[in-house]
Amino acid sequence: MMPSIKELSREPELFSSGHRACTGCGEVLAVRQVLLAAIKPVACVMPTGCLEIVSTIYPHTAWQVPMFHSAFENAAATISGMEAAYRVLKRKGKITEDINFIAFGGDGGTYDIGFQALSGAVERRHRFLYVCLDNEAYMNTGIQRSSATPLGAHTTTSPAGKVKPGKLEWRKDIVEIMIAHDIPYAAQATVWNWNDLANKVRKALSINGPSFINVLVPCPLGWGYHSSQTITLSKLAVETCFWPLYECENHKYRLNYVPKEKLPVTEWLKLQDRFRHLFRPENKSLLDAFQEEVDRRWEQLNKKVKCFD
Amino acid sequence: MIVAKTGNEAMAYAMKQCRPDVVAAYPITPSTEIVQIFSSFVADGLVDTEYVPVESEHSAMSACIGAAASGARAMTATASQGLALMHEMLFIAAGLRLPIVMCVASRSLSSPLNIHCDHSDSVASRDSGWIQIFCESSQEGYDSVIQAVKIAERAYLPVIVAIDGFILSHCMERLEILSDEEVSDFLGEFKPNYSLLDTKNPITVGPACLPDSYFEHKRAEAEGIRQAKGIIEEVIEEYRKRFHRYYPVIDEYQAEDAEVVVLAMGSTVGTAKIAVDELRAQGKKVGALKLRFFRPLFSEKLVASLRKFKVVGILDRAEAMNSYISPLATEIRAALYHQTEKPLIVSYVYGLGGREITQEDIKVVFEELIHIKETQKVKDEVSYIGVR
Repeated sequence: MMPSIKELSREPELFSSGHRACTGCGEVLAVRQVLLAAIKPVACVMPTGCLEIVSTIYPHTAWQVPMFHSAFENAAATISGMEAAYRVLKRKGKITEDINFIAFGGDGGTYDIGFQALSGAVERRHRFLYVCLDNEAYMNTGIQRSSATPLGAHTTTSPAGKVKPGKLEWRKDIVEIMIAHDIPYAAQATVWNWNDLANKVRKALSINGPSFINVLVPCPLGWGYHSSQTITLSKLAVETCFWPLYECENHKYRLNYVPKEKLPVTEWLKLQDRFRHLFRPENKSLLDAFQEEVDRRWEQLNKKVKCFD
Repeated sequence: MIVAKTGNEAMAYAMKQCRPDVVAAYPITPSTEIVQIFSSFVADGLVDTEYVPVESEHSAMSACIGAAASGARAMTATASQGLALMHEMLFIAAGLRLPIVMCVASRSLSSPLNIHCDHSDSVASRDSGWIQIFCESSQEGYDSVIQAVKIAERAYLPVIVAIDGFILSHCMERLEILSDEEVSDFLGEFKPNYSLLDTKNPITVGPACLPDSYFEHKRAEAEGIRQAKGIIEEVIEEYRKRFHRYYPVIDEYQAEDAEVVVLAMGSTVGTAKIAVDELRAQGKKVGALKLRFFRPLFSEKLVASLRKFKVVGILDRAEAMNSYISPLATEIRAALYHQTEKPLIVSYVYGLGGREITQEDIKVVFEELIHIKETQKVKDEVSYIGVR
C-alpha cells in the first residue's frame, strides 16, 4: 500500500512542466504528488480556478491524463456524470479497464460555490476522490475571502483597514462536514509531508465510494511570503497544529502526525503578510483568539481520536 | 402500436426507447413526471441506464455534460426555473459541442411564481446554442425526441424538445408508438468522436481560451448550428421515409391561397387550425403556420413562406421585455427586412402563465388581421390576447 519515494520517482509525471503557475505554487505541487501516487489510470475534473488557468490555456495543456473543466461550481456534479458514464459503458462492454476518478477543486469551488454539488455527489456515493487544494482564498480572481480563509486574514474582500482587522470569522471545517456525510474516507494533508499525502491518495482510491482529501497548499502571492518558503509554511501549519494531519476511515479517526513540540501558531502567522496587522498591539486579542481556536480544535480532534482507540 | 398516453408519458417512453446511457435529472413541475416515469423504467430493469438523481438542475446538466464528454448518450428533462438554473451550463454543453437531448415541459418563469404553460423558459435560452424544437402534440413530442437524438449526434449539438406544460404534459392523447427495435435501428449506437474515458489517448476538454482563440471557437459553433439545418432536414426526411410521419420545419396549414395567416409554436397551432377551418367555411382566405424549430431559425424558409401573404400575425407565448414587440415577431421582422415584397407583421402576446387561448380568441385575431389587410394600418406594435 505505502508507496516509497523510490517507487514514486519511477512514476511518470502526469502534470507536465511548462505550465503557468507562480513560482512556489503549492497547488501544482499537490497535483503532481497526487497524480504520482494515484492508482492508474485516472480521469480528472477541475472547476474554474487557478489550476485551470495555469494548466490549460488553449492550445496547450499540462495534463497527461484526461482532464475536464466545465464551470466553477460543478466539479463534483460533472465527475458524477463521468463516473455514471463509466459504470454503464463498462457494464455494456464498451470500456474494459478500471478507471479512477479524481476531482481537484480549490477552496472556493469546494467550500463555497461548489459545496452543494459536492454534498450531493457524496450523498449519492459516486466512486471518486475529491481533492480540495486549499489555499484559503479565491486566489485566481484576486485573493478574495472564502469560507476557508482563517480569522484575521487580510484579503481583498476582507481587508485589514482602520476599523476592521481582516476577516472576522473562523474558517469552515470542511473535513468534519464531509465526515458528517458519512463518507467512507476523509483526510487532511499537506504538500510538506509527501509520504502522508501519497498514502492518503492510495487509500482513498482503494475505497468503493466517495473520498475526500483536504490539502493545504500555500500560495506565495495570496499569503504574502517568499516563494522559497512554501514547504516551510506547510510544515509550520502542521507543527503549530493549525493543520493537523489526520484521517477518518469508516468512522475511525486517526492522527497521522503528532508534533514533538506544539509550536505557537504565531510561528506560522508571522511569516505571512496577510496576518502582519495581527501583530500590532491593538490586535492582540485576535491573535489570542486565533491561538485559542487552534488549541480547541486540536484538543477536540485528539478526543475524537481517543474515542476510537 | 396505438396507446393512450399523457405528454410526459410519451416523452419518458421515447427516452426509454432511445436507450440513453445516462439520465441525470432533478424533478420540476410540470416535467416532473418524465423523470418519475423514467426512474420506474430503471427500477423495473426496462432500460439499462445509469440514472443520477442529482441535487439540482444545475448539477443535472453538469452531470449530463460530464457523461456526454465521456462518450455516453445523455438525456434529461426540466422546465421553467430548472431550465433557468441550468442556464450557465446550457452554454457550456453547446460550446463543448455535446449531443445532449433534453425534454422541456414549457412553463412560465418567476416572478410572480406560476407553474403553468408559456414559452418564457425556452425563449430565455434562445442564445445558448441549443437546437430547440417546439411540438404541437404529444405525438410530435414523442417523435421529436427520437429525431432529436439523431440530430444531436449528427450535428454534435444539444437539443431541447419542448412540449407545452400541462396542456400537453398532463393531457392524455392517442399516440402511435414505434417498437423498441424500430427506434434502435433508426438511431444506431452512439459513436462519439472522442471520450474522456479513453485514458490511452488523454485529452483536455474545456480549456481556457484567450482572445487569440475564443472568437474562432464561437465562430465555429455558430457555423455548427447553421450546418445543423441540413442535418435536421435529412433526419426529418429519414423519419418520414421509415415511419411515414412527417413534421416539416415550417408547417403550412391552408396557406396555399391564404392572404392572412397566424404563425405560432407549440400546442396553440392546433387551436389555430380549428379557427382556420371555421373561417374557411365562411369563405375567408386564412391560414396557419407552425414554426417547429425556434433554433436554428429557418429564416430562408420562413421568408419564402411569408412573402406570399399580406398580413401575418405572430402569436408569442412569451414576452421579450424589449419595450417593442414580442420575441418571435422581432426575429421574423428582422428576417424579412431585405425583402421588397413582404407582409405586414403584427405581434401578439398570449397565454402567459397558463392563460387559456381558444379558437374564438384566434378568430378575433384573424378579424383584426383582415381589417389590417384592408386598411394597411397596424394600430398597435404589440397586442395582448385575453389579458384583463
